[in-house]
Amino acid sequence: MATTHQDTAPTTRAARRLPLPPLIAGLAAALLASLLCGVAFGASGLSWSEVLRYLHAGLTGGTLRADESAAYTIVWELRFPRALLAAVVGAGLSAVGVAVQAMVRNALADPFVLGISSGAAVGANAVLLFGALGSLGVWALSSAAFASALGAMALVYAAARTPHGLTPLRLVLTGSAMFYGFSAVTTLMVFGAERGEAARSAMMWLLGSLGGATWANLPIAAAAVLAGLGWLLWCARRLNALAMGDETAAALGVDPARLRRSLFVVTAAVTGAVVAVSGAIGFVGLMVPHVARMLVGADHRRVLAVAPLLGAVLLVWVDTLSRLLLAPVELPVGVITALLGVPCFVLLMRRRGYTFGGA
Amino acid sequence: MQVDIEDLSVGIAGARLVEDIALRADSGRFVGLVGPNGSGKSTVLRCVYRALRPTAGRVLLAGDDLHGMTARESARRLAALPQESGSEFDFTVAEVVAMGRLPHQGAAGRVTAADTEACAAALARTGAAHLAGRGFLTLSGGEKQRVLIARALAQQPEVLVLDEPTNHLDIAQQLEVLSLVRSSGLTVLAALHDLNLAATHCDVLYVIAGGRIVAAGPPHDVLSAELLADVFGVRAHRVPHPVTGAPQLLFDRLTVQ
Repeated sequence: MATTHQDTAPTTRAARRLPLPPLIAGLAAALLASLLCGVAFGASGLSWSEVLRYLHAGLTGGTLRADESAAYTIVWELRFPRALLAAVVGAGLSAVGVAVQAMVRNALADPFVLGISSGAAVGANAVLLFGALGSLGVWALSSAAFASALGAMALVYAAARTPHGLTPLRLVLTGSAMFYGFSAVTTLMVFGAERGEAARSAMMWLLGSLGGATWANLPIAAAAVLAGLGWLLWCARRLNALAMGDETAAALGVDPARLRRSLFVVTAAVTGAVVAVSGAIGFVGLMVPHVARMLVGADHRRVLAVAPLLGAVLLVWVDTLSRLLLAPVELPVGVITALLGVPCFVLLMRRRGYTFGGA
Repeated sequence: MQVDIEDLSVGIAGARLVEDIALRADSGRFVGLVGPNGSGKSTVLRCVYRALRPTAGRVLLAGDDLHGMTARESARRLAALPQESGSEFDFTVAEVVAMGRLPHQGAAGRVTAADTEACAAALARTGAAHLAGRGFLTLSGGEKQRVLIARALAQQPEVLVLDEPTNHLDIAQQLEVLSLVRSSGLTVLAALHDLNLAATHCDVLYVIAGGRIVAAGPPHDVLSAELLADVFGVRAHRVPHPVTGAPQLLFDRLTVQ
């Protein structure tokens, strides 16, 4: 009947979807280049040739002159793990952002809407301000952050649960309420602490920083992000069904309550692992999923392939800028993500005729 | 495929939503579920497409207990258009229709030729092929419903469950949707609001009131003035449709004082 309308079909929407393989290849190349730049740029001016030589030495175990050891340490022990961690954290927050938005079916959700990050902040600040878990040494901060993230997860889960499982609105409301609760506890701790410098680093942690990157804390975060991302990609089709609504998901053979429960646990664990090493870096998990959708559409198989790469590239650059802009003072990463991200995001949204919620 | 509902009851927190529902939809027939708002139509349908688990009773697909199958198995035999406004996310029509293939695919499985074919056939069948590249959220109500029917057809089911498929549609779109469903040849179980549309399109009507079936049979037998007064509280006059002869109702006023 309506086949007569053939030529009125607008092509703009179809054309909006970029082809995936070249996009992924391009983003992967951009990530590699960004990592190199992240290592090369810094307060202590090292030349490209030096940086490349030290990286090569670090990767292949070559020998260097004794007077190069300070510069080598900067490249190999400080900047490289830091750039890698930025990529891991950016990828993780973006993937979790995609998943949480589908899970609560709300385009405004981000990894922190469930209250997990502010829960992690409580544990982290207990270490920073009061020296809790001192026996764990360098692991104290990330362990405390991860443990309290899991505690927050259990609390939010228990409070949001209904006989019909986790419902989107209850999850968002409970998570938001918990967010304020945990933030209040953190603020109390900052006010109660005596040491000025510790309060400052607690502040840094609340806004996010990659300054704590070491080879030691990189693998755990990377493993958590990769495992989480793998699982999400495996669920991508079911995420599409869930995004259409619980009833539709059920009619398509997906148990929405079970999927949402698994999603909650996985996203909370990945958020906890990421926040434990970087603090609460805002805005990435909200913005990058939308940028990915503007580029490749809403299908989660495509969004989950693109968003983590985008997030990784973004955060490597943001972290580099946070070190350079007011060097030697280091800015909180969250400040740069917002300063850079907000105008870019608004521009993109206006230019691409991006649609969500019919608006 | 024949659908049987046997002694189905659903209770939530002590309140009985529906009780002792027995219903039979023969293969290829269009069965309508009518009744006032809140009578339990959606509750019955939700048990059939498995959004809700009945407290008692069974739903049988060609004799097999629905809840004995995995959700994926039953979704390969039965598709549904729930009463849901849809997503916040900007899926294209092609992507929405492709979701119908979910029960046929492994979780991470690749898109097969059969998937592509089923989607193309479903889009062509519903006259929605030209919409494939459009954003689902930009469609009109009638177009959306056509695309959702295409998604259901892409599922290649034998049974189609529809919950108020003509809500918020203009009269042309209502007729279009119902004739599309009718021509699918599938066994159809639909909750319908408009009694005159139900009378012209359904082979069998079940009238549900207060969570119980109060009448069942061909529209001609079921839609009597007495039933309309009892169940809906309206005084109605029945006239034959001048072309099809199907019973049509003209409403007069409320029966209450």
